[in-house]
Amino acid sequence: MTTTSSVPAYGRFGGFGGRYVPEALIPALEQLEEVWRKAVVDPEFVGELDRLHRTYTGRPSIITEVPRFAEHCGGARVILKREDLNHTGSHKINNVLGQALLTKRMGKTRVIAETGAGQHGVATATAAALLGLECVVYMGRKDTERQALNVARMRLLGATVVPVDNGSKTLKDAVNEAFRDWVANVATTHYVLGTVTGPHPFPEMVRDFHRIIGVEARQQVLDLVGRLPDAVLACVGGGSNAIGIFHRFIDDRSVRLIGFEAGGEGVASGKHAARFSAGIPGVLHGAFTYVMQDDDGQTVESHSVSAGLDYPSVGPEHAHLLESGRAEYRPVTDDEAMEAFSLLSRTEGILPAIESAHALAGAMKVGRELGRDAVLLVNLSGRGDKDVHTAAEWFGLIGDDGSPRLPDDDGAKGMGEQQ
Amino acid sequence: MSVATIIEKCRADNRAALIGYLPVGFPSVEGSIAAMKVLVESGVDIVEIGVPYSDPVMDGPVIQDAAVRALAAGVHLTDIFTAAREVSAAGAGALVMTYWNPVLRYGVERFAADLAAAGGSGLITPDLIPDEGRDWIAAADAHDLDKVFLVAPSSTPERLEAVTAQCRGFVYATAVMGVTGARATVGEAADALVSRTREHTDLPVCVGVGVSTGDQAAEVGRYADGVIVGSALVRCLTEAQSEAQGLEALGALARELADGVRRSRS
Repeated sequence: MTTTSSVPAYGRFGGFGGRYVPEALIPALEQLEEVWRKAVVDPEFVGELDRLHRTYTGRPSIITEVPRFAEHCGGARVILKREDLNHTGSHKINNVLGQALLTKRMGKTRVIAETGAGQHGVATATAAALLGLECVVYMGRKDTERQALNVARMRLLGATVVPVDNGSKTLKDAVNEAFRDWVANVATTHYVLGTVTGPHPFPEMVRDFHRIIGVEARQQVLDLVGRLPDAVLACVGGGSNAIGIFHRFIDDRSVRLIGFEAGGEGVASGKHAARFSAGIPGVLHGAFTYVMQDDDGQTVESHSVSAGLDYPSVGPEHAHLLESGRAEYRPVTDDEAMEAFSLLSRTEGILPAIESAHALAGAMKVGRELGRDAVLLVNLSGRGDKDVHTAAEWFGLIGDDGSPRLPDDDGAKGMGEQQ
Repeated sequence: MSVATIIEKCRADNRAALIGYLPVGFPSVEGSIAAMKVLVESGVDIVEIGVPYSDPVMDGPVIQDAAVRALAAGVHLTDIFTAAREVSAAGAGALVMTYWNPVLRYGVERFAADLAAAGGSGLITPDLIPDEGRDWIAAADAHDLDKVFLVAPSSTPERLEAVTAQCRGFVYATAVMGVTGARATVGEAADALVSRTREHTDLPVCVGVGVSTGDQAAEVGRYADGVIVGSALVRCLTEAQSEAQGLEALGALARELADGVRRSRS
């Protein structure tokens, strides 16, 4: 067989990953990898990122034990890693600050990003404002509608938001449009990819910027309960918050790593984003990984109540963790996620992002399986402020015109009055 | 048969080859094949048969639009084998342009075998670089198929060396940084890229992305071995009021482009 100069395992997790992009982008990816690898061993870069974590993001993020919520999890101890308390309201800022600093090091002046729920777009707009970079965010038209508040946030931060009308008008199409922009403007522009997929080195680099989540949480759990958790749980869209909290635990073989995908209206319905239940290995957005696709290799549209999990592919390292048996992945339906959303809000006074609510729903199942002695660490990857409108509609708290429906209204069944 | 043979023949006539892109399945499979035959009758030397794909990151709005409509109309991957057979029977070279996942899903070896059996000359792979293409390179070599990889204005000498070393048929030089679509000017970047590419290979170098008129074809034909036209041809079909009108506009543009490559070096 003829081969080129590349090493077979280069940029791969097992057989997954790689670099399936137009040749025009290869020099930019090579430059990015070189600058990144130098930066992470440069005390100046490491010191600056650490300073931003402490004085801007608010790291380390705390952990919170949630006993009233845990009563619904078979009595297991449930501990939340509070990435929702980070500046901008989710874990996304960890990666974005790292990549924005790298953008400056590469001498580029413009950043672009894709966003689904808007969290990554908001984080990128924030970092761009902080570091004086021009910022353009691509967002599917459908997502701009269900996450209108985040669109306004990005614009207030000085970013340009471009609604994408192609395809399914969601996250995958926003990624396509970001790639098209990048090919045309790569000389001045860095693509701040928001999750652990895409061409090498993104999956590895983005993971390393999020690895701090698990590094902090592991020590915090040890300090609180005196031992490692039995399981670490996280929602998985592209998979950045999940890999961020999983990675430090990979060598702790006693700790189960469990990811929860968007089961939408149920895997059997076909309306979901459960790549590991219904996808097969293929290439999308630069990486060889699990992809929801038809017999002709066309991407199948995903579905989820959560814009951030509504993506037909998943980071290649997760594909490897699945195939190697180190992690397990399960679907959580829209209904289950929204029930968990409601429960955490009412029992603990914490409004989670609907994405993170999938991990909470997972904790309710896993806790019941493992029982009272179990300790579960759940990544609360984002806060739910952005989802108030979606949740209010889901629970019938507002009418079709957005006006409030109060308990004496006919048909109103607010989540607070359900029990 | 390698399309290099066709390009050699054009070179002997002191002109660049004309390579025309159309997606299979738009407006229908039969309609697209009829359009490809019009290209051949109008002086196109090699037809680039496009595989409509759900996530075409290298394509601009015109080709995206045609792909969406072709998929909605029910095109399947295997339709490209029918198209390759017909194009090759009509006397032109038949190269398939496809994003990688459809081939991967079909099976790389099986795809190469079926393409060769249909008379196809090989593949242009916009999102497969040789570094990731070991399976395809092996299958193409086994079935005597062309492997057309892309180079770009951003390509370093190291990349030009590595990529051209794996090409067969020709090297596809993307004239401008960006997605497919007509440009007012193709620019000096294309000329410079062709020169830089020739330092690394004796293969023909063909230029694509941005050409839409006979004058541009003539300009590019002065320094390139082949002129590749896509979006401008596709637009003839997507903007037509009827299929007949679309074919008429397509034939007229193809003749203008064919005239362009024939007068460029005289």
